[in-house]
Amino acid sequence: MNENVRNPSEDTVIRAENLDLTFETTDGPVHALKGVSLDIQRGDFVSFIGPSGCGKTTFLRCIAALETPAGGTLTVNGMTPEQARKSRAYGYVFQAAGLYPWRTIAGNIKLPLEIMGFSRDEQEQRVKNVLQLVDLEGFGGKYPWQLSGGMQQRASIARALAFDAEILLMDEPFGALDEIVRDHLNEQLLALWARTGKTIGFVTHSIPEAVYLSTRIVVMSPRPGRITDVIESPLPKERPLDIRDSQAFLEVAHRVREGLRAGHSYDD
Amino acid sequence: MTVLYGALAFWLAAWGVNTILARSRWSDLRAVRIFVPVLFGFTLLVLWQGLVRGLDVSPVILPAPTDIAATFANETDTLWVDFVQTVLKGALTGYLLGCSVGFLTALLIDRSAFLTAGLLPVGNFVAALPIIGIAPILVSWFGFDWHSKAAVVVVMVFFPVLVNVVQGLKETDPMQRDLMRTYGATYGQTLMKLRLPAAMPFVFNGLKIATTLALIGAIVAEYFGSPIRGMGFRISTGVGSLNIPLVWAEITVAAAVGTTLYGLVALIEKIVTFWHPSQRV
Amino acid sequence: MRKTFPVITVLLVITAIWYLGSWRMNTPWALQQAARAEQTLTTGELFKATMQQDRPRLPAPHQVVSELWKSTGAMVQRGKAFSKRSLIYHGAITLGSTLTGFALGVFIGILGAVAITYSRVMEMSLMPWAIVSQTIPIVALAPMIIVLSNAVGIESRAVPKAIISAYLCYFPVLVGMVKGLNSPGTEQLDLLKTYNAGVAASFFKLRLPASMPYLFTSLKIAIAAALVGTIVGELPTGAISGLGARILIGDQFGTPLAIWAALFAAAILAGVLVTLLGLAQGLVLKRMGMAR
Repeated sequence: MNENVRNPSEDTVIRAENLDLTFETTDGPVHALKGVSLDIQRGDFVSFIGPSGCGKTTFLRCIAALETPAGGTLTVNGMTPEQARKSRAYGYVFQAAGLYPWRTIAGNIKLPLEIMGFSRDEQEQRVKNVLQLVDLEGFGGKYPWQLSGGMQQRASIARALAFDAEILLMDEPFGALDEIVRDHLNEQLLALWARTGKTIGFVTHSIPEAVYLSTRIVVMSPRPGRITDVIESPLPKERPLDIRDSQAFLEVAHRVREGLRAGHSYDD
Repeated sequence: MTVLYGALAFWLAAWGVNTILARSRWSDLRAVRIFVPVLFGFTLLVLWQGLVRGLDVSPVILPAPTDIAATFANETDTLWVDFVQTVLKGALTGYLLGCSVGFLTALLIDRSAFLTAGLLPVGNFVAALPIIGIAPILVSWFGFDWHSKAAVVVVMVFFPVLVNVVQGLKETDPMQRDLMRTYGATYGQTLMKLRLPAAMPFVFNGLKIATTLALIGAIVAEYFGSPIRGMGFRISTGVGSLNIPLVWAEITVAAAVGTTLYGLVALIEKIVTFWHPSQRV
Repeated sequence: MRKTFPVITVLLVITAIWYLGSWRMNTPWALQQAARAEQTLTTGELFKATMQQDRPRLPAPHQVVSELWKSTGAMVQRGKAFSKRSLIYHGAITLGSTLTGFALGVFIGILGAVAITYSRVMEMSLMPWAIVSQTIPIVALAPMIIVLSNAVGIESRAVPKAIISAYLCYFPVLVGMVKGLNSPGTEQLDLLKTYNAGVAASFFKLRLPASMPYLFTSLKIAIAAALVGTIVGELPTGAISGLGARILIGDQFGTPLAIWAALFAAAILAGVLVTLLGLAQGLVLKRMGMAR
């Protein structure tokens, strides 16, 4: 298991060792996470992939201190997740954009800035910057319900980027969008990552998406939720969309598929 | 009798016009949407006039709309005095006080999940009760003047507002609350930036219910004792002395005030909750 | 248990506050009486004196409960359940007009909803007025309706009371049923169209069953509104029977205990009626496979 944990170095941003988490439900206990260990380095783009119930979202929520693991240790930037949350170490993007309908796009992006006590001028400046980053210049004055689903999700990414946290955690951010919009947003996300050098944790259930985006792909399987494979992507950092037809891409995708199948075999 | 037939003919004609308008391609125009119900209402008045005049109904039983209008014009002084006493002093004071207290109480109990769980069912039940029945008790506590009327209104509007605000504050979805947590937001920040705005449609629902209740409370409380002015006083004495047209004039004022207050609150609601799907159409 | 515990706690707290209020509000009179009899009261005696006055400003909860028992259970034991001094008699009168008004209001509400669903003229003409009708303080009309129905020769007060009840309770039914009858989606309506189903078939097989959850929700609101309407109808001048009249008479004769007992009886009646409708709702929706 511990081959996922490399030697600790300056560059380790997130470090999980032997995480355990069990939810009590009416149908008995559900082992959401069991013995999960993983290191994430600065600047990594790590995807978590697996069938529903494999704990990928739970793991992300543990990093964000939205859940508390029952066992094991977890550090973010060398702090506990709770401390990291309070020091605003990460931006979180949910599956639904979750923009407040009573605020404009600019108002929504200002929301975390207001809470964190940025000055007025600073707020305006940052809103302008992130709107540019996600290609939404000129839409700051619109209300969320006046925008398409893809644009709303871009706005919610801008909101997560606004306070310039080191880490970006994304929980199936493009899951509700159609394929064409999703391709476009994937391309934009890669460009954004290249420009900002952020560390990204990305939950998805799409194999092509995971392979296209990531430097590392973490394959997980359910009952109990655990890591079955960690794949280092051999793809270059520059990735045009048609890289998806290359031999290297298909090989990685194949390995992910194998990993998913292996995780399933003694279940069904 | 010709008056009656005339009224019936007008009714049929108006109905025809409305039917044609409703089926026409302009039926969604704003002007048409307003004109159709207005014509319908006017038709009812014409029918009323026709029935009373045509069948020679005694004004003691049912005065014609024109009689009521004439009384209204002659008695504006009396009507104004009653309006000030009942609406401005009794109903509005009570409304503002009761709604504020209900709102603040909701904010207070919201901090405790236990209190919320306990008070919500109790509040829901009390909101459905004929609370108006405590009017005589409050009149005996606070005297005959408008203070007792305002007190009745406070008690009547308190529960609907309380229940709606508490319900509204529960209306955010878990994802939005998680988002606030990832920002490390405090209770106050989450309340001001997320939960209160999200609760506004419910708050206004409570405020709208309360407008009608406020007028009912202020008027009925006057049946149990009042100085010699006020809408409820005038209605109950008017019925006794068979001054029926004056009673109808008071009812007209009550109806107009009720509709205006409700409309005013609905207008503010439209401005505040412009973002809500029900207001966007 | 997890649900009832907070509710019971809240009720206990309310009772405690009530006792505190009785004690404070009845103190002046108790002191006055003591002064007149040239006695001085210890704190304990004073507290006791505030809890057992005949005409307290705020009767203590146990006084109300015992008054309620005296005018119901105790009368039954003496075989006078329907004597004119029994709240069971007055409750039955109120219940009668409530149910009459409720039936009338529900009938009008459903009829209106069907008309609005199927006729655009009706929707455009009626709907705004239905809303306006609810912003009018109808109780202002209560004495009027009574005079009017007397003048046209209706002696019984049950009719005007029922009219007021119906006026208050038709609206929730109308709104709920309009929502319910329009709740089937376009796909479901289109499916029936592919069967070439007529208006009657689509009404009875789709719209009406689909509206049942909405109907019951609004019925529960409507029955409470109907009770409020009846009691309001009993309040103004001259009524002699019914819970509202007991409140009025209690006021005229200065017997607060009678007022509070009648108020409690009305609350109990409301609770019973809403609970019964809730049970009916559970039963019907379960039979129809709609229970949640």
